[in-house]
Amino acid sequence: MIEANGLTKDYGDKRAVDGLSFEVRPGIVTGFLGPNGSGKSTTMRLILGLDRPTSGAVTVNGRPYRFHAAPLHEVGALLEARSVHTGRSARNHLLALAQTHGIGRSRVDELIDLVGLHDVAGKRAGQFSLGMGQRLGIATALLGDPQTVMLDEPVNGLDPEGIHWIRTLLKGLAAEGRTVFVSSHLMSEMALTADHLIVIGRGKLIADTSVADFVAGASKKLVQVRSPQASTLADVLTGLGATVIDVDGVLEVSGLTSEQVGEAAATHQVVLHELTPLQASLEEAFMDLTRGDLEFAAIEAAP
Amino acid sequence: MSTLAVPASALRGRVTQLRVVHSEWTKLRSVRSTRWSLLVATVLTIGFPILASTVISSHWGSRSPHERATFNGLDPALIGSQIAQLAIGILGVLVITAEYSTGMIRATFTAVPKRLPVLWAKASVFAVVTFALMLPSVLVAFFASQSILSRHHANIAWSHPGVARAVIGAALYLTVIAVMTLGIGTIVRNTAGGIATFAAIFFVLPPLMDVLPASWNNAISPYLPGNAGRAILSITHDANSLSPWAGLALFCGYALAALGVAAVLLVRRDT
Repeated sequence: MIEANGLTKDYGDKRAVDGLSFEVRPGIVTGFLGPNGSGKSTTMRLILGLDRPTSGAVTVNGRPYRFHAAPLHEVGALLEARSVHTGRSARNHLLALAQTHGIGRSRVDELIDLVGLHDVAGKRAGQFSLGMGQRLGIATALLGDPQTVMLDEPVNGLDPEGIHWIRTLLKGLAAEGRTVFVSSHLMSEMALTADHLIVIGRGKLIADTSVADFVAGASKKLVQVRSPQASTLADVLTGLGATVIDVDGVLEVSGLTSEQVGEAAATHQVVLHELTPLQASLEEAFMDLTRGDLEFAAIEAAP
Repeated sequence: MSTLAVPASALRGRVTQLRVVHSEWTKLRSVRSTRWSLLVATVLTIGFPILASTVISSHWGSRSPHERATFNGLDPALIGSQIAQLAIGILGVLVITAEYSTGMIRATFTAVPKRLPVLWAKASVFAVVTFALMLPSVLVAFFASQSILSRHHANIAWSHPGVARAVIGAALYLTVIAVMTLGIGTIVRNTAGGIATFAAIFFVLPPLMDVLPASWNNAISPYLPGNAGRAILSITHDANSLSPWAGLALFCGYALAALGVAAVLLVRRDT
């Protein structure tokens, strides 16, 4: 269980996290979604006490992270940036961290096998590929068999097999009753793994909702129509309460079903060349939601 | 599906200072560059005195009677530790700054979020390792160099007043450098900056004092960290240097001050 209350963090005069309040509950996978630069990694660092909040507070299992006597048994974390000494082998890296909690060598070996690093465990971590580095980070996160697992962009750099492995792992951890908190900037990835979503943009909470509700609420229906009498049709449809956008002679109609558009065209004897129902993808829905909050939104070229 | 094969109850263990020391020991010995630096420090500490005494011994005949009379057999014996301080100091900085540059510090502080146990553990492990390696090294260096010099009866006896103190003091001096540079590295958090600060204090500051008027120089120089620390290496008395133990005490004070500032900053700063 992670609880944030009015969490705020300033770096200089720049506000990275802005009054975030949310709960991450056990037993499900909670996705932490937001564009790059929206404050996800900062929030995770605040949760771990690596950075101190400017105001507000965040607790893990009822108390601030640094007050836990055995923190690795409470939360296992994979941070976005690499957190491994490049000159040390994967096995010694895990061993050194395990020893802070008196966790034995056998547990280290077990995790090396679990994440599939057996053949390279003696190699220096600096020689690891991005995917191997992610696997080592996940082994680090699971070292203390924690009740809460927090992963920042875990599928970054993984091949399809690795991505599948992560999804299965996360769902398995949640099914065991653990709290699983995973960040991503990819809505499609979250749709496949997460049960619940916390969406942020520019450090602010945008949505705190189940994935099912998000999908249902976000997917606006569009009908695409082509007609030689486009302007007549647009007037007719607008008269019926639809919103019509003319994109290079193709009408994008929202507010009416394709059946209603077809019937209206027939009634007014308008010729149609195309009538296509469209559904906005999850990715588009996410982009619509966060468009105003993009830190570095590309400026669209004037036509 | 059981994702984690070991039952949770088998693993419960809390963070203790002793466990963090164990962890830091693993970290220190598991990086190749650390092992090499320590090996180099050991080889220099022993090798240079043997080399220097051999050279002195072979040219003994060409020395003037005055040079022979004023020759101090202790000087070549401790010359290696003067060079080893560079290796120890750089390693002291690296012990912490390498964690910052690689991002390892985030993993370290995630495991030990109270942070201070990490600093105490690093200081004690690195200090003990330095002393444990350097004490035998300076002893070997002393006896090896004296046995070479004894051919011309140019050696100095272990029982000579101050000799045992100076030889053991060389190992102590290097140990305090280890703690001090760890403090500097923690304050600066950057390898290049940390090494530059260390070099400035020990190698740049002392000659800079020479541009001051002699009375100022004589008043300030003995209190510079390096000069204060090296007072214990000398058996000849000098009006412008501190007594051996006062010098070492002041040097320890500098090291503890660096470590104290490091501790305050470590707890306060974001990672």
